[in-house]
Amino acid sequence: MRLSSKQSTLLVLAALMIVSPFFFPSNYYYRIGSLVFVNSIAVVGIVILTGYAGQISLGHAGFLGIGGYACALLPIHLGVPPALAAVLGAVLSGIIAYGVGRPILRLKGYYLAVASLGFGVLVAMVLANEGWLTGGPDGVKVPDPGLRAALEWLGIPLANPQLWYAFSGLVLFVGAWLALNLRDSPTGRALRALHGSEVAARTAGVDIARAKLNAFVISAVYASVAGSLLALQNRLITPDVAGFMHSIELVTMAVLGGAGSVLGGIFGAALLTLLPQVLTVLQDYEHVVLGLVMMLVMIFLPAGLIPSARRLLRGRGE
Amino acid sequence: MSDLLQFLASGVTVGAVYALVALGFTIIYNASDVVNFAQGEFVMLGGMISVAGVAAGLPLPLAALIAIVATAAIGVALNTFAIEPARGAPVVSLIIITIGASIFIRGVTQIVLDKGTHRLPSFSGDAPFHVLGATVLPQSLWVVAGAVAIFVALWLFFTRTLTGRAVLATSNNRLAAQLVGINTKFVMTLSFALSAAIGALAGVLITPILPTSFEVGISLALKGFAAAMLGGMGNPKGALAGGLLLGLMEALTAGYISSHYKDAVAFFVILAVLFAFPRGLYGSNPTERV
Repeated sequence: MRLSSKQSTLLVLAALMIVSPFFFPSNYYYRIGSLVFVNSIAVVGIVILTGYAGQISLGHAGFLGIGGYACALLPIHLGVPPALAAVLGAVLSGIIAYGVGRPILRLKGYYLAVASLGFGVLVAMVLANEGWLTGGPDGVKVPDPGLRAALEWLGIPLANPQLWYAFSGLVLFVGAWLALNLRDSPTGRALRALHGSEVAARTAGVDIARAKLNAFVISAVYASVAGSLLALQNRLITPDVAGFMHSIELVTMAVLGGAGSVLGGIFGAALLTLLPQVLTVLQDYEHVVLGLVMMLVMIFLPAGLIPSARRLLRGRGE
Repeated sequence: MSDLLQFLASGVTVGAVYALVALGFTIIYNASDVVNFAQGEFVMLGGMISVAGVAAGLPLPLAALIAIVATAAIGVALNTFAIEPARGAPVVSLIIITIGASIFIRGVTQIVLDKGTHRLPSFSGDAPFHVLGATVLPQSLWVVAGAVAIFVALWLFFTRTLTGRAVLATSNNRLAAQLVGINTKFVMTLSFALSAAIGALAGVLITPILPTSFEVGISLALKGFAAAMLGGMGNPKGALAGGLLLGLMEALTAGYISSHYKDAVAFFVILAVLFAFPRGLYGSNPTERV
């Protein structure tokens, strides 16, 4: 039986998720693992927006912030259960993305980049400055969603790091599956068509504005879910998650691994999440190495690591 | 009234720096269609290297000159090793390359120089003078005069010299410029050197007022980018207008509305302008070729 590229991607992903823990020497590794998954979820959203539809956003961390803060503020101020708050956060992010996306997606290239950047910076600034609502620059505590207690009641006792490793992994798997399905659906094909040429796509009957907006809203929901997961497992959220540098990190992860492919995006997320952990040994050299990696990959492997590697393997096979 | 004048004075000072950063963006954008996110690092390098020079006992003008020349060399290196090899790459890749360069430069600065926050001595004393109730630092005049001098010099360079016209020709149409015998590669190198030198000079001028450290580049780059965008990317007059306008609006917001949201102004204005004029205030509206 020959596996389609979609099936093999999901299989590789699931295998890595299940096999990796056998090599974890301590609970700390589960934490890093779930951090990789959370970043990957947001990056899969970027893959849809940038890789499929060819649109840039330098403000997606703003949606991470909205999703994360929803999990803290809705329970504190309105008494909503945290799990429901995560869902409401995703809905809210989608609505905001719809409102913001309509005007800014008319812009192209650098203009779109700076407009989305402006949106992200404004969200981060509101989160940092409206202390009465958000707890200010120090952040705010997030209530326990009760997931662990529920599992214990079902007879599955898990330590916190393991629990979040499993849960974030599951969400990522579902997210990746949906993104892969989207790729070959009519909506996904419309996105890839407008990436190739907007004029040609329009001639073929694609509603450009609507297709772009779809991609923007979907990717915002991915980012929001990632933000919620991050907040719930850290039990704390600060305005930094919505900051400019975080937006840049997300785009870099996607493009480094290969924005055109879901697996590439996840690989990039894993690489850039693990790199700083390894580089803490180098301390002062962290920035130098990170900047160098970003430049070298983009200059020599502009398609990203995974697509370039794939091409290399395929070339050898034939 | 004196409050207003005070805000205007500080707005023009900061605005002049934004205008210089925006001008740096504009020069590189015109020559290569690249928005250089490392532009803010040039300003940082100008400040940091001259601080190091002064600390080593050099007189300030010499330290400043060294800083400007060194930064121009770094600008040329950026073009040769990072931008030129990636010619024709998509916008996202170029954004990541220049942001990577900016992180790299920050990292190297932090190792080679230091992580501290520094101030340069003022060029002509710290005794402020009073104009209609507003307090003005002599250094502010240096900043504004420096910015005006650069704009006039560049205007002369672009309109009166053969090399300057070659740069303009290249930014209009690279291929056509090549065909009439313009060395476009040299024009690129020159543009990066010029842009880096202008950034460094802005850094030298502003460091007596705003202390510098290896981290200041990124926010300057974002503000300068916003200013350039406000004026319409690729237009030097727009860079000047955008920079001053942004500086003034920031100062007025800090004074009358909220100092917390001072930094939000740039992005709020950008969103508003882009919604109304999708190509900036002075931007041209090219037709799309299929």
